[in-house]
Amino acid sequence: MTDVATTAIAVEAPARRKRRIPYAAIIGTLPMIIVSFSVFFVAIIFVVIWSFTNSGMFPGFNFVGLAQYTRLWSTSLWQVAVNNIWFFGVMSLCVNLVFGFLLAVFMDQNIKHESVFRTIFLYPFSMSLVVTGLAWQWILDPNLGLQESIRNLGWTDFALAPLVHRETAIYGLVVAGIWQGSGVTMAIMLAGLRGVDQEVWKAAKIDGIPTWRTYLFIVIPMMRGALGTVLLLQLTGIVRTFDLVYAMTSGGPGIATQMPAMYVISFITVRLNVGQGMAAATMLLLPIALILIIRAIVTTVQARRRGINA
Amino acid sequence: MQTSVSVKNLTLAFGAVKVLEGLNLDVGTGEFLVLLGPSGCGKSTLLNCLAGLLEISEGQIFISGKNVTWEEPKDRGIGMVFQSYALYPQMTVERNLSFGLRVSGMPREEIEKRVARASEILQIQPLLKRKPAELSGGQRQRVAIGRALVRDVDVFLFDEPLSNLDAKLRSDLRVEIKRLHQRLKNTMIYVTHDQIEAMTLADRIAIMRNGVIQQLDTPHAVYNNPVNLFVAGFIGSPTMNFLNGRIDGSTFSIDALNIPLGNYKFEKDGVGKLDGILGVRPEHIAVGEDAKKMPFQLDSEIEIVEPMGSDTVGWTKVAGQSVTFRCSSDIPLAPGQKITIGFDPARGSLFDAQSGVRV
Ligand SMILES: Nc1ncnc2c1ncn2[C@@H]1O[C@H](COP(=O)(O)OP(=O)(O)OP(=O)(O)O)[C@@H](O)[C@H]1O
Ligand SMILES: [Mg+2]
Repeated sequence: MTDVATTAIAVEAPARRKRRIPYAAIIGTLPMIIVSFSVFFVAIIFVVIWSFTNSGMFPGFNFVGLAQYTRLWSTSLWQVAVNNIWFFGVMSLCVNLVFGFLLAVFMDQNIKHESVFRTIFLYPFSMSLVVTGLAWQWILDPNLGLQESIRNLGWTDFALAPLVHRETAIYGLVVAGIWQGSGVTMAIMLAGLRGVDQEVWKAAKIDGIPTWRTYLFIVIPMMRGALGTVLLLQLTGIVRTFDLVYAMTSGGPGIATQMPAMYVISFITVRLNVGQGMAAATMLLLPIALILIIRAIVTTVQARRRGINA
Repeated sequence: MQTSVSVKNLTLAFGAVKVLEGLNLDVGTGEFLVLLGPSGCGKSTLLNCLAGLLEISEGQIFISGKNVTWEEPKDRGIGMVFQSYALYPQMTVERNLSFGLRVSGMPREEIEKRVARASEILQIQPLLKRKPAELSGGQRQRVAIGRALVRDVDVFLFDEPLSNLDAKLRSDLRVEIKRLHQRLKNTMIYVTHDQIEAMTLADRIAIMRNGVIQQLDTPHAVYNNPVNLFVAGFIGSPTMNFLNGRIDGSTFSIDALNIPLGNYKFEKDGVGKLDGILGVRPEHIAVGEDAKKMPFQLDSEIEIVEPMGSDTVGWTKVAGQSVTFRCSSDIPLAPGQKITIGFDPARGSLFDAQSGVRV
């Protein structure tokens, strides 16, 4: 009991220590800092700069103002791609969160063989998105996959081949995305659930609060950290959706499943219009930068509030 | 006295391990019962069974005359307070108090009335708009008590509610809980392993060991007439002195030393001869002038002196066996000093050395 008490006190009293600057660590990591700074930061700056030029096959410095952006937003291919990413993003994010959370709740019921289940659910995440894409392409292929095997079982008019139709192809992508991502969501959420004090559960039971309400109003609000991590992970994954789509549909049928990242790559490599590709890339950068900035603000505000309370 | 909580033949097993077995317990209406025992003896387990948080393997539980063995926790007419407070961290104090009532669909005015009453009793009105993270440990525990209070129940269960608090707060809140009990006159069942809490709060103490209640009696009886060696050694600080020897009719002999038992009240007459243990509380041993008035006296030498402020604990030897005594801090004592100690064996406790049971 006493060590419970002392740790509680230790946690609650953050002595405002002066932060010492870790010179050794800084010197040790300096080469790495320089490399990553020059590669990432400089590269990003050049992407933005070139997006204001009319660079063709090779990057140049003939500035044309916002012309590339005007062209970008009037191109129907880009518009389709943006619509797709919104649809794909919202769908897979929501379903992923809900499904991952339900999986975590399921795992939290003291089930037997928990580690086996955890491995199974996490397995898809350890695979490359290209492999996932190919696997799902086969599963959803009208002549090889699920449709054919079920028809062979006797249901001859069974139809499940979303990838070959314009309207449904994107749903196929969503399913594959969820299959790939909900395992991690589950793992992070499960860690969050396990962090909730058992006595809170007991108190809720004595208060007569139904289990689902306890999850919704008490447990989920206690898991803010886990939720934030999941959200950030999923969002960054969604913005750069490329490999999965490339492997499954290559943007087809027609341009039905084009994604912004594919647009960027095709303009740089195939259509030899670096300026246009860079403009699209800059547009992709924007939301990620926004998320990071918001997150940074939120964490500092939270840290400061905690500092005041304790 | 009417019974409020009644446990009949309760058995609880985790898998193959029986933590509680065939336990019986009756708690009177308005009684303050303390469950006291070392860590892991099954106190929390018993309390969780009463609350309905653990499904019991066998037996029955009655609360306020109703068989609640298979009732949900919320329908048992109990409120519970936990060691870790177990407040809902993202809700304000007010919402912590009212959430359960809201969920049960109670009318708004009634909820407000109850929250107002509870916060008045516990003096937490200024805290109602705060979140648990913005409260001190003592305030949090008060809110947790408030959450049990608004449920307007007959029986309160406390599971080591003060263990996470520092010593000062602990004694403050202890008095407050006592005051609360005197005001509300509810039945309270209180788990602790702090014997001071147990002695000061309880109407009756149940001392548990390995899932079995060893003795259930008033603090005075538990202290002065422990039923066995375990209870005798568990209660009291510094612990009771135990002298190994032999009981022979009305004398207790340690080798050559004979201690006349005088008018010691044996549990039953004619114990005859057996190996025994004589237990004497340190504060029942007198030194110096006071020792002269005691039925049994002995000259000995002081080994160690521990001044405690209000009193002094001294160590000495009786027939080669270590003995502590407690006396006023005004008496000057020094190691090596020769003194006379004396005690009344009738105030001591005699145990069968084999079984540990009081004789
Ligand atoms: N969920 C569980 N599964 C298996 N064994 C358990 C479980 N909970 C408790 N036990 C065992 O039951 C026994 C009694 O535990 P309990 O928590 O009631 O002890 P306690 O008297 O409250 O101790 P403490 O003072 O440390 O809180 C212990 O030996 C413990 O190991
Ligand atoms: Mg306990």
